[in-house]
Amino acid sequence: MADYRLMKGNEVIAEAAIRYGCDGYFGYPITPQSEIMETLMLRKPWEETGMVVLQAESEIAAINMVYGGAACGKKVMTSSSSPGISLKQEGITYIAGAELPCLIVNVVRGGPGLGTIQPAQSDYFQAVKGGGHGDYRLIVLAPASVQEMNDFVGLGFDLAFKYRNPVMILSDGVIGQMMEKVQLGEFKPRWTNEQIIKMYGSWATTGKTPDRKHNIITSLELDSSRQEKFNHKLIEKYKVISENEVRFEEIACEDAEYLFIAYGSSSRICQKAIEIARAKGIKVGLLRPITLFPYPTKKIQSMLSKIKGILAVEMSAGQMVEDVRLAVEGKVPVQHFGRLGGMIPTPNEVVHALEEQIIKGK
Amino acid sequence: MADIKEIMKPENLVYGKSKVLTDNVMSYCPGCTHGVVHKLIAEVIEEMDIQEKTIGICPVGCSVLAYNFLDIDWQQAAHGRAPAVATAVSRLKPEKIVFAYQGDGDLASIGTAEIIHACNRGENIVVIFINNGIYGMTGGQMAPTTLEGMPTSTSPYGRDIKLAGHPLRITELIAQLPGTTFVTRQSAHTPAAVRKCKKAIRKAFDNVEGKKGTSFIEVVSTCSSGWKLSPVKSNEWMVEHMFPFYKLGDLKDE
Amino acid sequence: MAKVKGAIKVDDEKCKGCSLCVVACPQKVIALAKEVNGKGYNYAYMANPDECTGCTNCAMVCPDSVITVYRLKAQVEA
Repeated sequence: MADYRLMKGNEVIAEAAIRYGCDGYFGYPITPQSEIMETLMLRKPWEETGMVVLQAESEIAAINMVYGGAACGKKVMTSSSSPGISLKQEGITYIAGAELPCLIVNVVRGGPGLGTIQPAQSDYFQAVKGGGHGDYRLIVLAPASVQEMNDFVGLGFDLAFKYRNPVMILSDGVIGQMMEKVQLGEFKPRWTNEQIIKMYGSWATTGKTPDRKHNIITSLELDSSRQEKFNHKLIEKYKVISENEVRFEEIACEDAEYLFIAYGSSSRICQKAIEIARAKGIKVGLLRPITLFPYPTKKIQSMLSKIKGILAVEMSAGQMVEDVRLAVEGKVPVQHFGRLGGMIPTPNEVVHALEEQIIKGK
Repeated sequence: MADIKEIMKPENLVYGKSKVLTDNVMSYCPGCTHGVVHKLIAEVIEEMDIQEKTIGICPVGCSVLAYNFLDIDWQQAAHGRAPAVATAVSRLKPEKIVFAYQGDGDLASIGTAEIIHACNRGENIVVIFINNGIYGMTGGQMAPTTLEGMPTSTSPYGRDIKLAGHPLRITELIAQLPGTTFVTRQSAHTPAAVRKCKKAIRKAFDNVEGKKGTSFIEVVSTCSSGWKLSPVKSNEWMVEHMFPFYKLGDLKDE
Repeated sequence: MAKVKGAIKVDDEKCKGCSLCVVACPQKVIALAKEVNGKGYNYAYMANPDECTGCTNCAMVCPDSVITVYRLKAQVEA
């Protein structure tokens, strides 16, 4: 029987992790995502599934705990919000460099610096273009509902292990804090040590047995030619991910002459903006990227023949819009509209921006 | 008197390289204490027959390559973060014996938060702390443990307390934490010291098997390249200068 | 009367000539060779083999685990 609840986005992340057989969560409090660890501590999953939940001394320690757990082939995760995610970047690049699977949740707030505790989408560059040092990519999932907060925990772990790559859920303070109806997943048992050895024994530090060489988890390579070879291996992996894992949603695109491109909470605002615009006779649709890396570049390109202009709507000074422009290659006008500092655009503001910046071409 | 060839028979073997050591030539400079401590850890793992159970966490620094020399599963941690990494491995795999291996820059400077909190939580791990008073791999810079007046490449006129603060006796801090069960300061410069150091390492590994909390072993060490002395002179310098400040012996044994 | 008689075998190519074994030997058995190995190190060798008792001190302090120690027991002296 389907299990429906009314829950906060942050609480759902915790519940979904327990139900998906997560082995360990390591976190540090920061607004607006503290409910994730609070929910876990209240739920006491260690009594139910054996899942480890630990409040670390810092975000830096938490992400390195994730490194240690992931290196054992365990399903581990952390969560934070923007300033905390900045602190985790060192650990994230090590995890990417050591090719470890894990899930990182960023419930984004406004920046830079300590910024604000209100919602924002100003960590797009950090999530999608790298964040830490070196050539690497995260797989980035952008939920637009509490339901997707639930669904992307499982999807995130699946992709992380499929590609041995860190996955980030790039949420924001709106989705994290709002309550919605959510259908929770079935309980999945945690993997046993035997299952982990069978699936990931070729690389995970499960203990050196006589039948195999010792497993070493490291991102160090002192030989330049070998490091370059490894870099190419990563590029190849990201190419495969780009070919196979692009996810998006189209809303009212069949007859659309104009297009909103927006992810996360901005995409919800755009849905209302479509209603308002269409009542005025403006045929506008929405393309909602669900994966931000890989980005739906080819999808955007396939729509261009029918589209007169694109408005990228995001709560940032204009970050994702750069990927839209890269996809469009100057073929149609592309503009950005966003509110900053924790301000959330209204649907009317979005429609106004479409009319002024795209239709009137100002 | 027997002929040497007759003595060198397998039945007369009394000491050889541990099977837990790989055949790789260690990347350390001649006379480096890392090699001795690696060997002792390998011998303890072999004696306890825990090669399959042991997971090592190595640091950033000269011993970043420790994973090439001990034939066990290893994770290489970011600079200073080995105790956090070890925490997760120990919690998620409580059936394993987990040890973190760190130098003084790694443990007592950049990783101060991680080591203090791992020890304070009483994580069921061994921490091996190599203290040679200097950053070895990066070229002999001043470490938190560098002695007053000791010249390094970033304190070329000797460590000035007014400028750089005092050398940090972090092991004394660690011993205050209720999570630690065994805290000791050892050396490995003479046969007797090596034997004592090995006993301490064995006790620490036994403690983890007995789920007694954190065992912390500082090994006061040399860095002949960083100190710009021969290995033998380095040992003499260590005895004369390091030991009066870093006093050997158990700080805590519960 | 039984006299313990020992011998050591040094892995010449892996020895780095650090001299720690030379200092550790109570019988002054070990010296560094005048010749060098493939890496240019003057490696340790038994300069004074008759005095070796197989006490293992040299191998204990060897950072590179290149010394193997043998000891003959219950050898009756003529």
